Amino acid sequence: MFNQFSRWQKIMIPVISVVLGLLVGAIVMLVSGYNPIEGYAALLSGSLGEGFYIGETIRQITPYIFAGLAVAFAFRTGLFNIGVEGQLLVGWVASVWVGLAFDLPKIIHLPMAILAGALAGALWAFVPGLLKAKLRVHEVIVTIMMNYIALHLCNYLVRYVISDGQNTTDRVPESASLKSPFFETLTEFSTMHYGIFLALAAAIIYFVVLEKTTTGFELRSVGFNQHASEYAGMNVNRNIILSMVISGAFAGLGGAMEGLGTFGYGFIHGAFSGVGFDGIAVALLGGNVALGVILAAALFGILKQGALIMPLESGVPTELVEIVIAIIIFFVASSYIIAYLLQRLKKGAK
Amino acid sequence: MDYVIEMLDIRKEFPGIVANDNITLQLKKGEIHALLGENGAGKSTLMNVLFGLYQPEKGEIKVRGEKVNITSPNVANELGIGMVHQHFMLVDTFTVTENIVLGLEPKKGLNIDMKKAESEVQEISDRYGLKVDPNAKIADISVGMQQRVEILKTLYRGAEILIFDEPTAVLTPQEIKELIQIFRTLIAEGKSIILITHKLKEIIEVCDRVTVIRKGVGIDTLDVEGTTPTQLASLMVGRDVTFKTDKTEASPTHNVLEISQLNVKDSRGVNAVKNLDLSVRAGEIVGIAGVDGNGQSELIEAITGLRKVSSGVIKLNDQNLSSYKTRKITEAGVGHIPQDRHKHGLVLDFPIGDNMVLQTYYHKPYSKYSMLNNKEINKQAKKLIKEFDVRTPSETTPARALSGGNQQKAIIGREVDRDPDLLIAAQPTRGLDVGAIEFIHKRLIEQRDNGKAVLLVSFELEEIINVSDRIAVIYDGNIIEIVDPKTTTEQELGLLMAGSKNKAGETENV
Ligand SMILES: Nc1ncnc2c1ncn2[C@@H]1O[C@H](COP(=O)(O)OP(=O)(O)OP(=O)(O)O)[C@@H](O)[C@H]1O
Ligand SMILES: [Mg+2]
Repeated sequence: MFNQFSRWQKIMIPVISVVLGLLVGAIVMLVSGYNPIEGYAALLSGSLGEGFYIGETIRQITPYIFAGLAVAFAFRTGLFNIGVEGQLLVGWVASVWVGLAFDLPKIIHLPMAILAGALAGALWAFVPGLLKAKLRVHEVIVTIMMNYIALHLCNYLVRYVISDGQNTTDRVPESASLKSPFFETLTEFSTMHYGIFLALAAAIIYFVVLEKTTTGFELRSVGFNQHASEYAGMNVNRNIILSMVISGAFAGLGGAMEGLGTFGYGFIHGAFSGVGFDGIAVALLGGNVALGVILAAALFGILKQGALIMPLESGVPTELVEIVIAIIIFFVASSYIIAYLLQRLKKGAK
Repeated sequence: MDYVIEMLDIRKEFPGIVANDNITLQLKKGEIHALLGENGAGKSTLMNVLFGLYQPEKGEIKVRGEKVNITSPNVANELGIGMVHQHFMLVDTFTVTENIVLGLEPKKGLNIDMKKAESEVQEISDRYGLKVDPNAKIADISVGMQQRVEILKTLYRGAEILIFDEPTAVLTPQEIKELIQIFRTLIAEGKSIILITHKLKEIIEVCDRVTVIRKGVGIDTLDVEGTTPTQLASLMVGRDVTFKTDKTEASPTHNVLEISQLNVKDSRGVNAVKNLDLSVRAGEIVGIAGVDGNGQSELIEAITGLRKVSSGVIKLNDQNLSSYKTRKITEAGVGHIPQDRHKHGLVLDFPIGDNMVLQTYYHKPYSKYSMLNNKEINKQAKKLIKEFDVRTPSETTPARALSGGNQQKAIIGREVDRDPDLLIAAQPTRGLDVGAIEFIHKRLIEQRDNGKAVLLVSFELEEIINVSDRIAVIYDGNIIEIVDPKTTTEQELGLLMAGSKNKAGETENV
């Protein structure tokens, strides 16, 4: 009955969920003695109210788009990539490493550093892809474990290989940097960098690869029905690996944006950044389509950025935004559960 | 009159199509009522309305004279309505009992009282002569048995009215006989049955009354007694249907497919095809007759590259295919109408149009430089939809939304249109209405007349005898006899299929 879930409904489910999430957030504020209108006003002005905030919000949106695309790509091809967090980290460190290790003209150096991030993420996702394809090990388990390996490996690399015993690496040189003096001045010296354009380009690539190419046709086909794909002569194992690799490359690119843009260096992570996990929520809210992921990432960016300012201006604690996000995701997820159940019933009925 | 179920003026619409247009169906207590109609006529839809899976736009349902609102299958269960779907809904790794009690487990404290459940299942099974082993795993039992588990499931939930959606399409002739026996027991125990089937003979054999629908509209309800298959067929299709397939003498030439000393293992690693030899020539249809499970599936899977060949040679036009992957085999000129259309034949969540290019999407004109050309894909889809009378609102409708028979027509269209040198058709007319069967048989014969080789596998002896030019009888993984369809009989085939190597009437030492 999924097809009875019309296009309109598919758009409305996330929209309604967002509205409900904000409403519940307002109630929570009321109950705990804050003024919700002031709270949301502070949130908005803290994310979009001034040039500086807009710049910071856009910078925040960038990795969300990549993480969301990574999760969505795997999902559309029948896989759960819970390892975006780790793939993002290795992408980050790899890009910084290449940024620091070479001395090249920008036109070669920057693409090379970005590519290194993509490759590292792809490689990190290749492992669970391979294990799934060859040994049918479930990718959820492997990707989760790979997250921890990534965390500790990256910390080791940052401390002992890329720096000598420091908590941070050096800054990448200008020739490998995504920093944009132009946008920084335009946004009253925020940390906005060129990454957002790469993120939007990635969303277009996502759309084209998945919907318009023969590779995307195969990947989707394998995601839906492996038996029929095999019958049609597609190489199921190759497609499983390819799907993970592309998904990982998106994640790795997200890491490169942090490494070459937002921060410009690598540092020791005490814990996961959470961007990779938020990617799951972004993909879910965005319905696993390119435009949806961009919009969902924008919402997340606005909420997360605004949350930083909200306590200062209205006294509402930052954690409120986490509640709102959790509730949005709850509503989206439960409506998808409903849709899924209906679809299941129908599958049996046919 | 005593009606247990009355569906009055039911209307059900789907985007772009009216599936049920004011249909009325009244079921008397204790009768077997057939629901007859072409593929896509709206039979499954009507029954899904009764079972609470769809809500009708208009109309009224009465159960035992009382107006009811069946909003979900749970409500249907409470009203004593059970449905056996064509595609079973069983958990493979669970036992029979676990599947049956799922959701209604008898409890002992916090634990499921499996002993009690088992004895209850056993008791029902005995009462209706179902002969089901409550402890067997679903994955280990035959399709026929799985169907009985579905029947048990409805009975366990207290069903008084049982709906069967094409139950015999997946069964072997022997299993069909047994199912009919089960129907009779059910009726004797006071149940009432609605039966959807495309097999007119079955209707005449077991049903009391029949309701005919055509393109979503109720045509008539009549007593089965006194009607003939021809009469029912023309009521349903709206024109006269011939049952005998006309064909000229085959004029076969060279060998297209040549299999020698083939050995193939099944999923459990046991030899399923044993030193098998078989050849199919250009310009002939070879039918494989055999009881299910004698190596037919493994043979087809080996030819099409879906299963590894242990040893032996499969030659297509003198090219050895036995180590090729599926794609290479397809490109070498093999077409395959698979036995299980939902598992192998279609990507149900893809538009039906994309499904029509499932093996050819990477070729021109459907794609160029790896970029899909949706215009060309849809053009091809439209062509096949028209040519093979696939009833669908459009080529962008998901394959899942098509009726079973129309899904099958789409697959057949795709395979025949590729015009392969060897066309393998496994149960090609399973689930098709008589009109569509006639059409498909014509297309198979047309392929033959165009000098192609056709390998037909079917459990329907009538189909095998009507369509084939030679019949190869498979038994225990081996072709034990080749017979001439013009001189053989169903009885003789039946004996051979049971493994008696000698033709009826001939003596031991021939
Ligand atoms: N979920 C759905 N969404 C859209 N259209 C549907 C859906 N289910 C069925 N249809 C359409 O409704 C019509 C009736 O379908 P139905 O499955 O009831 O046919 P049927 O009589 O059972 O045919 P068959 O003998 O081939 O199984 C078909 O044209 C089909 O395409
Ligand atoms: Mg049907």
